[in-house]
Amino acid sequence: MTLNIYDFTDLTRNIDAGLRSAMSPGWAVFTEYLIVGLVFLLFYALVGLFLVYAERRVCAFIQNRLGPNRVGPQGIFQTIADLIKLLMKELVPIKNADKLLFNIAPFIVIIASFMAIAAIPFAKGLHAIDFNIGIFYVIAVSSLGVVGILLAGWSSNSKYSLIGAMRSGAQVISYELSVGLSLLTIVVFSGTMQLSGIVASQADGWWIFKGHIPAVIAFVVFLIASTAETNRGPFDLAEAESELTAGFHTEYSGIRFAFFFLAEYMNMFIVASIAATVFLGGWMPLHFGSGNAFNHVMDYIPPFVWYLGKTAVVIFIMMWFKWTFPRLRIDQLLTLEWKYLLPINLVNILVVAFLVLMGWYF
Amino acid sequence: MRSVINYIKEILSGVRTLWTGMRVTGGYFVSPGEIITQKYPENRDELKMFEGVKGEVIMPHDENNQHRCTGCGICQMNCPNGSIEIITRKEMTPEGKEVRVIDKHVYHLGMCTFCGLCVKTCPSDALAFGPEFENAVFDRSKLTKILNQPGSSIKKDIK
Repeated sequence: MTLNIYDFTDLTRNIDAGLRSAMSPGWAVFTEYLIVGLVFLLFYALVGLFLVYAERRVCAFIQNRLGPNRVGPQGIFQTIADLIKLLMKELVPIKNADKLLFNIAPFIVIIASFMAIAAIPFAKGLHAIDFNIGIFYVIAVSSLGVVGILLAGWSSNSKYSLIGAMRSGAQVISYELSVGLSLLTIVVFSGTMQLSGIVASQADGWWIFKGHIPAVIAFVVFLIASTAETNRGPFDLAEAESELTAGFHTEYSGIRFAFFFLAEYMNMFIVASIAATVFLGGWMPLHFGSGNAFNHVMDYIPPFVWYLGKTAVVIFIMMWFKWTFPRLRIDQLLTLEWKYLLPINLVNILVVAFLVLMGWYF
Repeated sequence: MRSVINYIKEILSGVRTLWTGMRVTGGYFVSPGEIITQKYPENRDELKMFEGVKGEVIMPHDENNQHRCTGCGICQMNCPNGSIEIITRKEMTPEGKEVRVIDKHVYHLGMCTFCGLCVKTCPSDALAFGPEFENAVFDRSKLTKILNQPGSSIKKDIK
């Protein structure tokens, strides 16, 4: 079991009690909202900036280049410089664009990813909101982003944007199925939809080990489908810079473009952290058997580090995908989903249900 | 039954080919020694630029402050985006002949795309590419350059 020094439940409870003793309950709740919001905003910005930098470096190394290496040590402040540049840039008004929808679209995209991050458990008790239908909530909220993408494409009054948005719509609606079904296999294994419950069920071993072959298949399907759902390469048909300039965000400039960019990377982070939580044990340390020395050493690594490390591994795999494979055509994309991933998933979930019924898993 | 076997075979071969590709890029990722791009030259003092650098257009002058430009204007005509302006003046030779000489060879570096048409088409080889590559300035007017040096004259043998 994990150590008590890394249990944040008491800390959050004490903060709550302290606030409630200092002010009226309404104000206490409001202050808590404010604190959680600020923490997430900061986390969001930092992770987004770091991921942009990491993507550029990984891409460069894969292509035998160096990547950004001049602003700060190893170029780690490059994205901050980029952000300052984007903040100061002019917001170009688009002729005959639907002003309201055009301005709202980036916020819808960014709010969708912001809502999904709330359900992710970072450590024991370090959890903005712990729904008992956490998986369901995450799937529902993360598919809201496509509304923003469709609105952006429609309101831009540009053919590139519209084609990109339509492709994105077809893609996200198809791949949503695979994401949901592959997560359901683990829901069948663990018997709960609550994300903290799923993490707790992996205390004696991660599902990818405990659920052996079906869990590995579900993990691979989830990786593929979630890469498609976040509109990343090789499924980046919605942007497709070689054919559609920049797809749905062709007409966006300055900070509005930065919102789309940030949301794309945060979606990748959220998807990777869901994969880490559901398949790789979330913040649970790596354990073999029970009670041996190895497990005790692993317990001393803080759960937040475990969580971030697993997420980073999944993110690296997604970047590796992006910089290896060429972009799919729209018909190939839909063939992959409807003829391959979905049947595999359906068979897999049947197998998992049978395994759980017979108790044939660790 | 055969179609099911083929379906599974297809999936397996697909996974295998994808893994082949990922192994190649993964190999590049873990061997960061083989950087194929060139780093920005920071050793400005001992920097020796190599042949054929298309830095900016220059007009070479010899030690007597003489160049080879006749002011014919072919470079100006050939420049696709109007980066070159030729200003000439008339001069009398000692024999009493009126000839055209170059007054100002105006070069707008800010508009130049370094296509090289001026260098290539110059009939008297008066233009060349220089090695200077750091062209950033704070004032746009500094990008307008006059290529012929003040007080320079044309070489005797150029017609």
